Amino acid sequence: MSKGSFLSASIGRKFFMSITGLFLITFIIVHMSINLLLIFDDSGDLFNIAANFMATNPLIKVMEPVLALGFLVHIVWSVGITIQNMRARPVGYNKAIQSVNSTWASRNMFILGGLVLVFLGLHLFNFWWKIKIVGDPLLEHITVMQGGIPTEMENAYLLVSTLFKESIVYCLIYIAGGILLGLHVTHGFWSAFQTIGLNNQIWRKRFYVLANIIGWIFAIGFSVIPLYFMIKF
Amino acid sequence: MADKILNKLYIKVWRQNSPKEKGRFETYEIEDISQGSSFLEMLDILNDKLIRDGKDPIAFDHDCREGICGMCSLYINGRAHGPDREITTCQLHMRKFNEGDTITIEPWRAGSFPVIKDLIVDRTAFEQIQHAGGFVSVNTGGIPDGNAIPIGYDDAEEAMDAASCIGCGACVATCKNSSAMLFVAAKVSQLAKLPQGKVEAKRRARNMVAKMDELGFGGCTNTGACELECPKSISISHIARLNREYLTAKFSE
Repeated sequence: MSKGSFLSASIGRKFFMSITGLFLITFIIVHMSINLLLIFDDSGDLFNIAANFMATNPLIKVMEPVLALGFLVHIVWSVGITIQNMRARPVGYNKAIQSVNSTWASRNMFILGGLVLVFLGLHLFNFWWKIKIVGDPLLEHITVMQGGIPTEMENAYLLVSTLFKESIVYCLIYIAGGILLGLHVTHGFWSAFQTIGLNNQIWRKRFYVLANIIGWIFAIGFSVIPLYFMIKF
Repeated sequence: MADKILNKLYIKVWRQNSPKEKGRFETYEIEDISQGSSFLEMLDILNDKLIRDGKDPIAFDHDCREGICGMCSLYINGRAHGPDREITTCQLHMRKFNEGDTITIEPWRAGSFPVIKDLIVDRTAFEQIQHAGGFVSVNTGGIPDGNAIPIGYDDAEEAMDAASCIGCGACVATCKNSSAMLFVAAKVSQLAKLPQGKVEAKRRARNMVAKMDELGFGGCTNTGACELECPKSISISHIARLNREYLTAKFSE
């Protein structure tokens, strides 16, 4: 296989966008499932146990750099593809009505992705930076009974809940982040299957429906957490 | 019943004398156009008026005027082939427009389709893609009986649907990335679905995609706009097949 030409070919580039996109979706499913534990136990034990499990799990440790690479490829490639696509039309139309033939999300994946990236930066600063790098007084170790055994762990729940309880602005930003990600996925999910060639007349409708379901689940799943803290506390 | 007459229309059209020269929009007034006339007839009437006034007529592509040659192009009021579905510009009628409308007419916009004059663009890039692999080069012998090679109904239908591509370029014109994927997909599909073409399917996909990239068309982002603006409604599921053929070709190299 001549790798050079595949990497620079239009379909080759998109192939990498698709597989990294699908990989990131699997990560987001896991991430959202654990986050949702925030709203099912106000003592925070449930979320702390899950967060501690993820932080100490060897499989997750191995996957962390892979995940970072997945993000990196997805983001860097998207810039390259977008520049290439913009170059293909040096003179634009004076009048173009695109809403009649395509969805807004499908035409604005780069903008949606860019906004998600801005959110991601803020999100990493809020939590990952504090948990993994600099630490935070709110993260002081606590002892949680895990399966009858007292286990010492960081109080990640306190860090997360404090952010949402103290700032409506952050709540709104996190709700927006969830909605933007959901919109991105409504096109990204089915589009990935189209690009890797696993699509036909019958499966196309199924992928469309699935993409919308997953997009809505992400949007609602992530928004409901800050909403819960806004309403209850 | 007689067709309604549009007393006045404003035609805002792209004028460009040569590929190198900078173009501009010019607006012309036109009177007494029957809603029963076709869009190209309206342009003929406008050109007649321009010639009588001693002006340069608007250059636009047209040939069969019955929707099968793919020659007519035109981006009308923000849409390829104008405000209707499953038609070429020659099949567009003035009944789609109202009294006093300003109609904006632009050429196909893509770096790979340079403007020759006014509304005429150079679409030889499509020929070049075809030359890169859109043919069957296996020896198929003498003329066999048409029914000697059994082909399933669904395959025959799908191949025929793909073969209905007239190469007009509306897919490229309407795509936000000026991607030629629907055209290439149709040309790959029409042969890949049939026994004689299947033999070289991988090589064809590889070479045609390489040529498409080389000519500077953008990549497909699956917006699906091409399918809805295609006068022949060619499905983007052919693009999925092209991706499949291309990827298997690349991975088996």
